[in-house]
Amino acid sequence: MLFFSFFKTLVDQEVTVELKNDILLRGTLKSVDQYLNIKLDQISVVDELKYPHLSSVKNVFIRGSVVRYVHLPGNAVDTALLEDATRREAANSGGKAK
Amino acid sequence: MADVDDGTSAPAEPMDLVRLCLDEIVFVKLRGDRELKGRLHAYDGHCNLVLGDVEETIYVVEEDEDEEEVIRTIHKKSEMLFVRGDSVVLISPQGGS
Repeated sequence: MLFFSFFKTLVDQEVTVELKNDILLRGTLKSVDQYLNIKLDQISVVDELKYPHLSSVKNVFIRGSVVRYVHLPGNAVDTALLEDATRREAANSGGKAK
Repeated sequence: MADVDDGTSAPAEPMDLVRLCLDEIVFVKLRGDRELKGRLHAYDGHCNLVLGDVEETIYVVEEDEDEEEVIRTIHKKSEMLFVRGDSVVLISPQGGS
């Protein structure tokens, strides 16, 4: 649940999602669910020449399982808070950090 | 699970090692011939990660003029990166340097 909560704090931020097929989509994070499925608005495709088939798409639902990375704005993340939350989550799930 | 303490003693479970890496530089090996080095800010039981000041190295095999295979590396930097756990192969403290 840690990352679900984490992504909820990043709603309305500009992020770049890198998919497992190497496509990069930049857009505004609109919503996220427990599977870390993501809804992006106002997307643009990084390296559009290579992936022209997405150039007319304006908003997308991305299945969580096809995501490799999400590049985040560094100033939008409170790293101390995040580390505390991680330790807390690790502690209440018997060290497993579920 | 009674022996799981607050993390001050030696690692008892594999994930305890990862917990001890929080706020430290870690080396992460990923599927698809990729490696990351960065500061670990968060993780969970799926090995989902958040890393700060990350350097990514991608290894690509290419053929040169003599049709010999050469390995090219691509380096990328990112200030804050979420990594989905299903791509993660291993997490190591500081390693690879």
